[in-house]
Amino acid sequence: MNKASAFIFAGTLGLTISGTLMAADDDYITLASTTSTENSGLFDAIIPAFTEATGIDVRVVAVGTGQAFEIGRRGDADSLLVHDTAGEKQFVADGYATERLDVMYNDFVIVGPSDDPAGISDSETVVDAMQRIAKSESPFASRGDDSGTNRAELRLWEDAGITPQGEWYRELGSGMGPTLNTAAGMDAYAMTDRATWVAFNNPQDLALLYEGDEALFNQYGSLLLSEERHPHLKHDLAAQWHEWLVSEQGQQAIADFEVDGQQLFFPNAE
Amino acid sequence: MNAHHTPPVATLELDSVGFIHRGHTLLKPTSLRLSGCQRTLIMGPNGAGKSLLMRLAHGLITPTSGSVRWQGSPPAQAMVFQRPVLLRRSALDNLTYVLAINKAPRPELTTLTRKAQAMSALEKFGLAHLAKRPARVLSGGEQQRLTLARAWLLNPQVLFLDEPTSALDPAAIKAVEDAVLEFHHSGTRIVMTTHDLHQARRLANDIVFLHNGELLEHTPASDFFTAPASREAKAFIRGELVW
Amino acid sequence: MQTSDNPFSTALSLIVNMDSALLSIVQLSLQVSLMAVIIASVLALPLGAALALWRFPGRNVVIVALNALMGLPPVVAGLCVYLLLSRAGPLGEWGLLFTPTAMVIAQVILVLPIIAALTRQQVEALHGEYAEQLNSLGLSRLSMIPTLLWDARFGLLTVILAGFGRASAEVGAVMIVGGNIDGVTRVMTTSIVLETSKGNLPMALGLGIILLALVTMINAIAHIIGETAKRRLG
Repeated sequence: MNKASAFIFAGTLGLTISGTLMAADDDYITLASTTSTENSGLFDAIIPAFTEATGIDVRVVAVGTGQAFEIGRRGDADSLLVHDTAGEKQFVADGYATERLDVMYNDFVIVGPSDDPAGISDSETVVDAMQRIAKSESPFASRGDDSGTNRAELRLWEDAGITPQGEWYRELGSGMGPTLNTAAGMDAYAMTDRATWVAFNNPQDLALLYEGDEALFNQYGSLLLSEERHPHLKHDLAAQWHEWLVSEQGQQAIADFEVDGQQLFFPNAE
Repeated sequence: MNAHHTPPVATLELDSVGFIHRGHTLLKPTSLRLSGCQRTLIMGPNGAGKSLLMRLAHGLITPTSGSVRWQGSPPAQAMVFQRPVLLRRSALDNLTYVLAINKAPRPELTTLTRKAQAMSALEKFGLAHLAKRPARVLSGGEQQRLTLARAWLLNPQVLFLDEPTSALDPAAIKAVEDAVLEFHHSGTRIVMTTHDLHQARRLANDIVFLHNGELLEHTPASDFFTAPASREAKAFIRGELVW
Repeated sequence: MQTSDNPFSTALSLIVNMDSALLSIVQLSLQVSLMAVIIASVLALPLGAALALWRFPGRNVVIVALNALMGLPPVVAGLCVYLLLSRAGPLGEWGLLFTPTAMVIAQVILVLPIIAALTRQQVEALHGEYAEQLNSLGLSRLSMIPTLLWDARFGLLTVILAGFGRASAEVGAVMIVGGNIDGVTRVMTTSIVLETSKGNLPMALGLGIILLALVTMINAIAHIIGETAKRRLG
């Protein structure tokens, strides 16, 4: 090997090793949360305030709610912020978490092709809107990934007395963003959280067609994980995060977060 | 440089050595005794088993019957092949390589002395000006001389050569034959296959003649060329056997 | 990060305005993939060579398995490493999940079979040519390995680049074991997935162009080094 290549090789190797073995910083917690919160940019807005107040960094792993629960059960995250109230309560009941607190809500909306072939924009209720989609057999793109949004959508179909199946109902098994990309591509309806929708940049012909029913409210909860079950976790730091979220300061930071002048998350801690 | 030995070369004894491959007898049980510092040429038409016999003697191939024995401990050996096998590095590095891999018995060799030894071997075989050239871009003759220089560094008591000149032009053939004689002068036994009668006449002390996997004659060269014992050898010398 | 509608101008403006966030993403991508390829090479080159030289019962099974593992879906590799490194898993104590180290481990698993299987082929071919000479020189099979690897080096460079290509292109494994954490485990490919899911298609494609350019550059450097050496050594 000649000198030049040896030099390049040694340089790359040095860079690689020094970089990968970065000095470990212990003042952080790992938070498992949902893609909707991460993709909207909420965490970029509120975590710096928390870090400034406490000196603790928060590393966010954004996954579906189902996967977030699994990460919590396995002890791979110090804290959870998810949106499936029933699932969260079950999680506490199963002993994986010791406390669940309401933090904030946003809402789901229904988007679809702007010419609205199922005519849902003047529906009375969301259940009515769902029934119109099913009746007209207009294409509907479902997450189909057992996420919080997916679970909420399935509950709405149940309330509407419909078993969604047939060629018009397409289970994608994808995250919210990919589902919107696909819905835009196939001119399908889709249910999405407002945060992802507002921050979404590839709507093509999709438009927001139905919103506002209280049944579409999407409650986020913070879970304080069980010290007994996973003693290795950073419970002290995680508790500070948990409490900060529902504190006046944390609630204000959430309320202050806007995209395109629109508030996306509404703090509602008690 | 090469403190070549005067002690007698160990005698090699092949005792009923045979080789069968997938039911085909490639070498019938053969007994052969090679002693002293001779230049033994193994001859015979194509497919006679010359190369096989040589590989069995050198220990590259294990016989399926019989045994290959050295009287005393096996001596240092080297082999030069028909097609030179050289490593993808410079001519000089091909030589220091063999000194490095054999360093166990000679720990006094440092990188520097290895290089000096390799250089003098290159000089000896007229290759010094090619030291830095990649071995694989040398001409056929240069490559074969390089393998001889490599063998030289191994200090062999026995040197096996398998048709070392079959692909070379006359000048290169001459250089290889000179090198073979050089080895012999320094006390190395030569065991070489060829199908070139003239080459055999030039180099051989004794001839081993094979035909169809069978050893037919092992005689002094003068006897072989003047009065071959077997019908096949007679035909071979007259050029009637296709090789 | 600002976007325009054209992925190429997006890529260009990303490069021109190279901000520290993008720089750290690019750097981490290279670090993780290069580290994985180096570790995989250190293990797989001797392994492939050994597989080329030794005959043992079950050898063909090992070869077929290695060849099959070249097609291992990254997500599956990621999942296995996830289960291994998870707190509830056997190596959970190490606390490596969601770190660059975990990403390196996952990529080593993806790259190792490629390098080992292709090394086996190259070394086996070269051994066919060298075996008699090296035997004659008195080398044991073990001591042949360094010689064969060194003489196969030009072919092996391509093999290692194939491994690097797989490591730098995959997203499934690093997404699962790294978690795509901003500033910690976010690399080029996971950023591309993230931007796609936000519908920022020009941005996603722009990042893709940068990744491709980087990989092309590394391949070009390796190619030039290889060709220069080859010309000099024949």
